[in-house]
Amino acid sequence: MASVTNPSTVSTGSPTGKALREATFTAVMTFLMFALFIGLKTDQNMRNELILVPRWGMLAILVVLAFVGRFAMVAWLQPWRAASKAAKAEAPTVDEEAGFVKRNFSKLAILALVLYPPIILALFGAQGSLKYIDNFGIQILIYVMLAWGLNIVVGLAGLLDLGYVAFYAVGAYSYALLSINFGFSFWILLPLAGILSAFWGIILGFPVLRLKGDYLAIVTLAFGEIIRLVLINWQDVTKGTFGISGIPKITLFGIPFDASPNGFAKIFHLAPSSAYYKVFLFYLILLLCLLTAFVTIRLRRLPIGRAWEALREDEIACRSLGINTVTTKLTAFAIGAMFGGFAGSFFAARQGFVSPESFVFLESAVILSIVVLGGMGSLTGIAIAAIAMVGGTELLREMDFLKAVFGPDFTPELYRMLIFGLAMITMMLVRPRGFVGSREPTAFLFERKNVSGSFTKEGHG
Amino acid sequence: MEYFIQQLINGLTLGSIYGLIAIGYTMVYGIIGMINFAHGDIFMLGGFAGLIVYLLLMTVFGGAPIAVALLCMLVVSMLVTSLWNWSIERTAYRPLRGSFRLAPLITAIGVSIALSNFIQVAQGPRNKPIPQMVNSVYTIEGISISLKQIIIVVITVALLASFWYIVEKTPLGRAQRATEQDRKMAALLGIDVDRTISITFVMGAALAAVAGTMFLMYYGVIVFTDGFVPGVKAFTAAVLGGIGSLPGAVIGGLLIGLIESLWSAYFTIAYKDVATFAILAFVLIFKPSGLLGRPEVEKV
Amino acid sequence: MSAVASTMNNDAILKVEHLSMRFGGLMAINDLSFEVRRGEITALIGPNGAGKTTVFNCITGFYKPTMGMICMQQKGGKSFYLERMADFEVTRDAKVARTFQNIRLFSGLTLLENLLVAQHNALMKASGYTVLGLLGFKSYKDASKEATEKARYWLEKASLIDRADDPAGDLPYGAQRRLEIARAMCTGPELLCLDEPAAGLNPRESQELNKLLRSIRADNGTSLLLIEHDMSVVMEISDHVVVLEYGQKISDGDPAHVKNDPRVIAAYLGVDDEEVETVLTEVEEGAH
Repeated sequence: MASVTNPSTVSTGSPTGKALREATFTAVMTFLMFALFIGLKTDQNMRNELILVPRWGMLAILVVLAFVGRFAMVAWLQPWRAASKAAKAEAPTVDEEAGFVKRNFSKLAILALVLYPPIILALFGAQGSLKYIDNFGIQILIYVMLAWGLNIVVGLAGLLDLGYVAFYAVGAYSYALLSINFGFSFWILLPLAGILSAFWGIILGFPVLRLKGDYLAIVTLAFGEIIRLVLINWQDVTKGTFGISGIPKITLFGIPFDASPNGFAKIFHLAPSSAYYKVFLFYLILLLCLLTAFVTIRLRRLPIGRAWEALREDEIACRSLGINTVTTKLTAFAIGAMFGGFAGSFFAARQGFVSPESFVFLESAVILSIVVLGGMGSLTGIAIAAIAMVGGTELLREMDFLKAVFGPDFTPELYRMLIFGLAMITMMLVRPRGFVGSREPTAFLFERKNVSGSFTKEGHG
Repeated sequence: MEYFIQQLINGLTLGSIYGLIAIGYTMVYGIIGMINFAHGDIFMLGGFAGLIVYLLLMTVFGGAPIAVALLCMLVVSMLVTSLWNWSIERTAYRPLRGSFRLAPLITAIGVSIALSNFIQVAQGPRNKPIPQMVNSVYTIEGISISLKQIIIVVITVALLASFWYIVEKTPLGRAQRATEQDRKMAALLGIDVDRTISITFVMGAALAAVAGTMFLMYYGVIVFTDGFVPGVKAFTAAVLGGIGSLPGAVIGGLLIGLIESLWSAYFTIAYKDVATFAILAFVLIFKPSGLLGRPEVEKV
Repeated sequence: MSAVASTMNNDAILKVEHLSMRFGGLMAINDLSFEVRRGEITALIGPNGAGKTTVFNCITGFYKPTMGMICMQQKGGKSFYLERMADFEVTRDAKVARTFQNIRLFSGLTLLENLLVAQHNALMKASGYTVLGLLGFKSYKDASKEATEKARYWLEKASLIDRADDPAGDLPYGAQRRLEIARAMCTGPELLCLDEPAAGLNPRESQELNKLLRSIRADNGTSLLLIEHDMSVVMEISDHVVVLEYGQKISDGDPAHVKNDPRVIAAYLGVDDEEVETVLTEVEEGAH
């Protein structure tokens, strides 16, 4: 815990002395906190009994690191930061002209995404590119879409929803069950899954509308968990924890992506490879993301979108202006849920397998944290947050070279969620309002001026 | 009838554990209006601390009398867990106090993820079983009560009594209640608000650590994911009793324990968690102030 | 004092009859009846805790009265029983808009956006309940342009046009008050209820407010009902004054009548010695 400050150290004496004192305090704290958990490891012996394996060396390293880290922070980093802050305050603020990249950021980003698969294919070949297109490209874009969908509920309407993953699950199971049992194609089921999810959004949204803030968050969490538990326990339909496998793949207007004579590869005289399907999926989810963004941007400029944002700012004032807050909230829930449903059915089709494991509370927390870290309401910020959080943790899977440093037993994947959690805390502490704290107005008379984050509210319910 | 009483006893035992965790939720919510999402994981951490102390006693001293072992486990676990929660409050929550309302909630979720995964990384992902520590069972007219159930209920009652005394009768408790009512005014009257909040976190963690240790003793097994479900159930208990109310948290905990054991006994065990979550939803929707909480009036 | 307006149109736009509101054991309003006449500015005054804001909340649907009737008579002849309507319906259907004692603006939205939100229901219809608007139909674009023009009109009227694209939370206090009134007017009300519009304003801002309120009545034909503590405002602009004390009406009439009513003076006497003097001097000033 690097930034714990000792309450008893009043800033007296030399900075080095202060740093030493604080560093010692931190080291002692670290020792006391980690002695049991790092210093000793519970392990099973041959007789399946628990034994303790001491790891005093690791504990010592940690304590020393805490000492050095704290010392460096107090002795050098804090004075330096204070100095640079003072320098910044003195220097006059220059209105910098927005550069070409900044002005056309979203266009350039879309262009880069469109060009991403061919570039990766060219660089790594059909086989080598799978990882980059699938794990990074598709995975991140799914989260971007989910976070943009949740952004409508949390970022625009200010309704704190901790059970968003339920709608993702509804979409995924709708596709899985309907395509297996009735043989409908993805293109019919995509809208259907969206509608079903929206329907569930309304059903779950209706009773909770009068709840405020944290209470709303907890009820939505409860609903999310109920849906997951039903998926686990309703085994006749959902096959419980085993999940549903063999979900049909998506076809390109009837052309399947397989090795059959009328498959995609044969028709276009290409060497058979699973890369085409992945590239196709990449463009599909990109398209779905763009649809989400387009709808969100349009909705913000429509009365319903403005009513959402007004609701986030002050619900009572909304009612005094004749706005039916019940339907306004329900539409936010329904539309947010619909995008969750779209993403869910895409997810089911991409995996070919769904199980309740994929729809745990942690997923909701991850999506929510992406929305908040991105800066509530800002599509760009949210996309950046999704890349940072999902891409960053995916990157850990790739860090095999760390094995050379920490030994062959070291599995970086294990640390993925630990680092994710720590990153969430750190980013929130550094930028409590997210990457993009300002809000773009939906209409203007003379000039478009962004609204600073200090004026916007985060909603009460 | 005997079966029913048996389930009642099981439910009370479980409810004691939930009640102890619920107090931590209710106190933190009362004082800073924040749902401490990581509290369930603090409880899990307490259980692991108890586990390691137990193993330490077994390997270093080759065993100890049950009472001594239990006492050591409880005390060390309380101390270590309190220290953790104290540090977490200072690093992750305090800097965000007074800023954006969602920020502390997100960091709390982050702390929750980090804590459970820290234990997974540091102690391994598998179940950690320990042999039965206490295995005497008394049978009275067909109803069996195990010694560990008695221990749990007795410790809970003793802790609650001392806790009640602290909150109601000491200057510390008064400072807590004042901070809860109006933080700014309390600060103006010379109450060290930051310190009071820190102590609240420490107290909540200490109780959660006791709950975690007793959970370990009762079930004889613990795993790094054990924070989430008991955490949500304890939160349900806090809400059911009326969040912010200490007796409410205890009553809510007992009710949730009873409902859970009776539901498993008479209905289907598969849906017992669904029952808890459904109760949570129902209480919040129809009586958000809970059983003992004060209703909030909408000010226009 | 404007005798012109009261002779112009004398029928009641709002009738409050036998209104009672009980909070637990407290009778906040007890059998209150009064009328607001069309085209007039009616003031509801009384000492602190007399129940003025409660009356407002009953009229605008935020509270459901324990007993009594509140009838809104629209220009076209339609009438509405407000006590039976939800708060948003009171504004949307009965055309009664309100402001709040502790200003409630959408502080993160710009001034223009605040005024556009107020035109929600009209724009909703124009956007085909979002569907047509989402598809980019022209009808919505036209309606949107019209709404912006209406917003511009009110921004000019409230002398806020220079700040149209700034966040509402950035405005000084007096301007926030005017913006809240302009926002309420954008809902197109026939009756505008203002809860202490002059509270916290300096004399200059107070004058600007009076000007705005008068022009709202004159140019837009909107009737006004206001709660006010500032006697100079009350005496200067209102045509009709209703005085409340402990939830009951103690006086009702034109300002000249009310200021000389011994019960009113006693009511203010009973509250605070200093306040009586101000009442008396202000009453005198109002007579000139």
